[in-house]
Amino acid sequence: MFPSVAPYLVGREKVREFARAVFAANPVHSDPSAARAAGYADVVAPATFPVVIQEQALEQLLADPQSGIDFSRVVHGDQRFSYSRPIVAGDELTATLSVASVKSLGGHSMVTAESAIVDASGEHVVTAISTLVVRGEE
Amino acid sequence: MSPAIGELAVGDVVAESVFALSRDSLVRYAGASGDFNPIHYRDDVAISVGLPGVLAHGMLTMGIAVQPVVDWLGDPGRVVDYQVRFTRPVLVPAEGTVDVRVVAKVGQLDAEADAARIDLTVTVSGETVLGKAQVRVGLA
Repeated sequence: MFPSVAPYLVGREKVREFARAVFAANPVHSDPSAARAAGYADVVAPATFPVVIQEQALEQLLADPQSGIDFSRVVHGDQRFSYSRPIVAGDELTATLSVASVKSLGGHSMVTAESAIVDASGEHVVTAISTLVVRGEE
Repeated sequence: MSPAIGELAVGDVVAESVFALSRDSLVRYAGASGDFNPIHYRDDVAISVGLPGVLAHGMLTMGIAVQPVVDWLGDPGRVVDYQVRFTRPVLVPAEGTVDVRVVAKVGQLDAEADAARIDLTVTVSGETVLGKAQVRVGLA
């Protein structure tokens, strides 16, 4: 378990920018009045948005000399997001990274890292689970 | 209006879409996500690490693949769980675009929870690029 990353404040323009980048066309991602009409406090982040926060948490793992992970050999194996509620602009989110498992497979290692993301009141929002494949030396 | 579980059957195609990715799409995603790995915009760097060329970010492919499901649901808040396996890289040419095709089918229905598992088939030129791409959606 790593220390929590400094809180991430979800900005409306960041949500719009991310939504445009992933071809997310639903107006609740970009139009605050459409989001409010749908029952949300502000624009809703696309399903894969937590990757932005996960990235900061994973940097701790990759930067940790004890992890022994060579970044240039890392390939993204799988990714999962499990939600308790959607992310909306204005959320202040804190991620805590833990390494769930490390497996070896034919010279490669597979590291599964979980970033548990909670809001300002400590309630769970989403867990981002990433499996990184670290290719062995040739 | 969101779809009702009673009107769905396992195997139904609920959404289908084609997305044209260009180098511009990759640069836009790099900026939005903060993933500036140069293998996603520089041919020379991609080739120097043994890749056939510039690749789309796996997370970009994952990000777009769920959009047809969101459009079908009418509400992104109904996506409660989303997972993929990155099985094949998506090469993006310097000029022109590459088509990423998404077909979303009902994989499983959970009447008790009023939820469904939607399975995505994501292909480029007929070859699958994501494996075990599953979206759990709430239909209540």
